Amino acid sequence: MGLRIIVVLAVLMGVTGSPTTTVRPETTSVDTAAHPNSIPETAEETGQNEVFSEEEAAEDVMATGELNPNHYPAQRAAKVVQHYLTTRYGSPYRLFGLHRVHSGNAEDVGDSGRKYQLEISVHEIISNTTQKCSAEVFFPHGQKQESPQVQASCEELLNISTKAQEEALYQQYKMNQTLLSAQNLPDSHGHIEPDVKPLWHLGIVASSFIMLKESSENTLYNMAQVANITQLETENEQLKFDCHTLLHDMVSQEILHWKLLFAWSPAEGVKVLQMEQLPHCQHCEKPPNTN
Amino acid sequence: EKMKSWLLGLFLLTNTDLYTTHSVVEGLESMQNYDYTKYHPMDEIYRWMEDVERANPELISSAVYGYTYEGRNITLLKLGLNDTAGSEKKVIWMDCGIHAREWIAPAFCQWFVKEIVNSYKTNKKLGQMLQNLDIYVTPVINVDGYIFTWANNSTRLWRKSRSLPPPDSTCYGVDLNRNFKANWGTIGVSFDSCENTYCGKSAGSEPEAQAVMDFVGTMVNQTLCFLTIHSAGQLILLPYGHPEISAPNYNELVSVGQAAAVEMKKVHGMNYTVGTSPQILYPNSGSSRDWARLIGIPFSYTFELRDKGEFGHLLPEDHIQPACEEAYVGALSIITYVHDKAFKNSAVTTVKHFTLVSGFTMTIWSTIVAVFVTTGFMV
Repeated sequence: MGLRIIVVLAVLMGVTGSPTTTVRPETTSVDTAAHPNSIPETAEETGQNEVFSEEEAAEDVMATGELNPNHYPAQRAAKVVQHYLTTRYGSPYRLFGLHRVHSGNAEDVGDSGRKYQLEISVHEIISNTTQKCSAEVFFPHGQKQESPQVQASCEELLNISTKAQEEALYQQYKMNQTLLSAQNLPDSHGHIEPDVKPLWHLGIVASSFIMLKESSENTLYNMAQVANITQLETENEQLKFDCHTLLHDMVSQEILHWKLLFAWSPAEGVKVLQMEQLPHCQHCEKPPNTN
Repeated sequence: EKMKSWLLGLFLLTNTDLYTTHSVVEGLESMQNYDYTKYHPMDEIYRWMEDVERANPELISSAVYGYTYEGRNITLLKLGLNDTAGSEKKVIWMDCGIHAREWIAPAFCQWFVKEIVNSYKTNKKLGQMLQNLDIYVTPVINVDGYIFTWANNSTRLWRKSRSLPPPDSTCYGVDLNRNFKANWGTIGVSFDSCENTYCGKSAGSEPEAQAVMDFVGTMVNQTLCFLTIHSAGQLILLPYGHPEISAPNYNELVSVGQAAAVEMKKVHGMNYTVGTSPQILYPNSGSSRDWARLIGIPFSYTFELRDKGEFGHLLPEDHIQPACEEAYVGALSIITYVHDKAFKNSAVTTVKHFTLVSGFTMTIWSTIVAVFVTTGFMV
């Protein structure tokens, strides 16, 4: 009798279904789009992008007129503004990131170059505040590579005073018995020891001079790493540093090595004394001993 | 007497599973001790893949689908549940770490697997999707390059594979994401082997790229979605990398990408920009994303994870969790969309036919338990 009950129960459960097994309904075939291969089709743009549809084809021949703020021409020009602001106002306690591009416009200036007008927001990293800026970036189109020229006005860029902290750091470094030195900022895991963070920040400010100078419409520079920063002896009030910095250019995906000599004091800010690009280090890239 | 035979039956049933249960427990323990908020070297990732498969035999299986230039296994984890109805399963592809220095990408693939493992039993929708889909996850494609970035401080920013220099050069490696058969060598590449966008000597010349094309090529008709994970920049890139070629489902690709970006922003407020590479980054050719779309996979995206330049590729470990949380939500948003589109009546409904073999076994088992309890009381 027990066995019969089991069979009946089993059959009953089979009919009504068990809650743990999910049902597979009829599947509809995947709606793959029609053959996507080599037929070039003009991109259909909807919504706010429709305005820029004419710009799209011309974009790689350099966009002119109103720019899509999310597209690369405005973004690259805005990044230059970030570097400019860092060179002018940066310090161990003030660093800038590009937060957003709100609008942009570009026009040719005869044959001499192209001028961008931008409305952007910049992020002051250390105080974690954001503010708006209006800026103009002029990229010269000469025979040899020339630096862009930037003008920017931001609402209250220097609102948060860093003078006290800078002075304290300056005094601390001045009074040190030994000269400071640090490597790999950040390290492979993105880590920076808190006591060497100001050195990292100084390295970023100094590197921004290079990034500003080297920028064009075909680059997008960011800091990769401060490989080495070493304090040097000075006879005057300024602190002096020797720095090996690694820059990342997003467009070529290359890491550029530069050597920098720079001075810093709260009164004068960061001043670059010498800069030199180092050759692409071929022999660094041989494999290590083992697999 | 009947009582004794039932007890024996119960005992036998539990004990046949004892060996596999022990293995499962071991694997589970390893999995729970694994720190997903740290970067792991390759040997730990290989071991983790073994542990995660052992701990979840009903969900995960692994496969080696190719070998790197230096001869290492290219391994994937296949996530999927037994398909009780027996209809054909569709495929989702996800790969991480084509570029060696983009450490957050392999970290995300591991995170993704962990999240699925931890939620598929309680998340009904996810469980259902896993019955209809197999998700193939390759935590590290460019194994040689990834291992190289762990060698010492000067190798951390390596991008390419580790293939030997061509005859007239001393420079190693090919940019694997320029080596795929997708308008190869036409734009956004270098033919200089010393450069970081060197596209190789011919399309698919690199074993890592060829392995993906061979494997996914066998499943192309079932593949709904191809996701390739990179850093940095906070972008969701859709095909194509060539400025004059558009995907026929461009509008849908944009709207699905934008929906993902909206979900991602909800997690930690981070902006992810959606567009084609020539629009928001730079033109390029030979990318895996483009190859996938060209062979007919309808949805193909490159995810560029955090950040926007403050740390770049050297993303601190305390950023791993938030970066992965938002990326998970974004990936799942796209996976859910393509699943629901393919399985239009995917609500849990009544049975249309008798459940098949595995269902029947489950039925027998629960019946035995029910009877045991009943007879126990009767005795």
